[in-house]
Amino acid sequence: MQDEPTPIELTKAVADFLRNDITPLISGHQAFKLRVAINILDLVTRQLTREEGSDANEVERLRALLGEDGSVMELNRALAERIAKGEVDLATPGLAEHLWATTMDKLAVDQPNYASYKRELGRNP
Amino acid sequence: MIEAELSRSARRWCPGATGVTGAAKLSGGASQDTWRFDITHPDGVIGAILRRSPKGYGAAPTRAAGLAAEAQLMQLAYEAGVPSPRVMHVLTPEDDLGTGFIMQRVEGETIARKILRDEEFAAARPILARQIGGILAGLHRLPQDRLPELRSRGATQEIAEFERDYRSLNWPKPVFELALRWLHDHDPGPSGETTLVHGDFRNGNLIIGQDGVRAVLDWELAHLGDPMEDLGWVCVNSWRFGEIDKPVGGFGTREELFAGYEAAGRKVDPDRVKFWEVMGTLRWGIMCGGMMQRFREGPDHSMERAMIGRRASETEIDLLRLLAPRGS
Repeated sequence: MQDEPTPIELTKAVADFLRNDITPLISGHQAFKLRVAINILDLVTRQLTREEGSDANEVERLRALLGEDGSVMELNRALAERIAKGEVDLATPGLAEHLWATTMDKLAVDQPNYASYKRELGRNP
Repeated sequence: MIEAELSRSARRWCPGATGVTGAAKLSGGASQDTWRFDITHPDGVIGAILRRSPKGYGAAPTRAAGLAAEAQLMQLAYEAGVPSPRVMHVLTPEDDLGTGFIMQRVEGETIARKILRDEEFAAARPILARQIGGILAGLHRLPQDRLPELRSRGATQEIAEFERDYRSLNWPKPVFELALRWLHDHDPGPSGETTLVHGDFRNGNLIIGQDGVRAVLDWELAHLGDPMEDLGWVCVNSWRFGEIDKPVGGFGTREELFAGYEAAGRKVDPDRVKFWEVMGTLRWGIMCGGMMQRFREGPDHSMERAMIGRRASETEIDLLRLLAPRGS
């Protein structure tokens, strides 16, 4: 077991330092790049916070959908192949719900301010 | 410095020009860059833009039409009254600037978010969707016997090409598979009519002023194909920049776009437009995957490129909204 602070706390500390202390000192193209850097650290923090839970849920749904076991990557590969072959489609019970849940979990990490995501968050699935 | 070459060049083809000042790089990667500069002239300063591949970078990527073709298309558009910068000079070896062209600078804004939010464009925004329809109609009517040599691409070939690109990424994405199946099932086949297609006509590639569209830029993906492709691409959600209820670039409705197109004497096929919107959404998603791959394996190890890789999921949610919409 590793010591603390946790990776989440550490990346957050760096992001906050860049945001609060460095941003006011920088302008022009470097300021743009700094914003990108801060966005990356924020994304990493969100992923570290959420990935374990969302991957576990995704694997559980995939196992039910496919009737087989494997890593999250292997199961995604298997689902992709079945959709490509036409063996699974939107008429398959659970597929649409699975794809929606998985995609919403990705947007929560990648782009929580993306307008389509915010719209869908406000919906009852 | 580039100003010395630009000055020598301008004095050759611009009668009365005395030199060049204020050269500044606007954008650029390894193979292509864009510069702004001013030509000094006794009658007044002439604002100009250089778009070129530096020496040693002549070869165009496979999908691109090439800078010479781009210059020819912009000039043709300008002459036909489609808003476009005037091409002033196509580079020759004596210019010592690489390959490309110099065009007159059109003042206005290209940054989509500013166009959608700033007060300055408030009067222009409500007219843009319809105006874009009219401009696309003019563009699709450019005389085919005067076009440069361009690749020809229909729906079926495009599906095959994107499927190949996606598979080469070795990146299993069930939502992309679903979209590919949908595209195969809804392939509209050859278009009744083949026209010039701009290929990247969207908010971000247009110069907008208070009066509306002033110029159409970035013709590098121009090809021959289904004119409805341009109407679908301009509606892709990623080019609405948050204004998701206004499909045409965040400006207005499809109905306004179609009305503008038809008022200019051309027919819209809404089913084909929808097909190309789904195709375009997937296309942007696969392009994001390509960025991820180039970040990982290629010479461009920039943070920006890495982050574009993480934009693939925005196209997944937009594909689901198109293909498997949820109730309210």
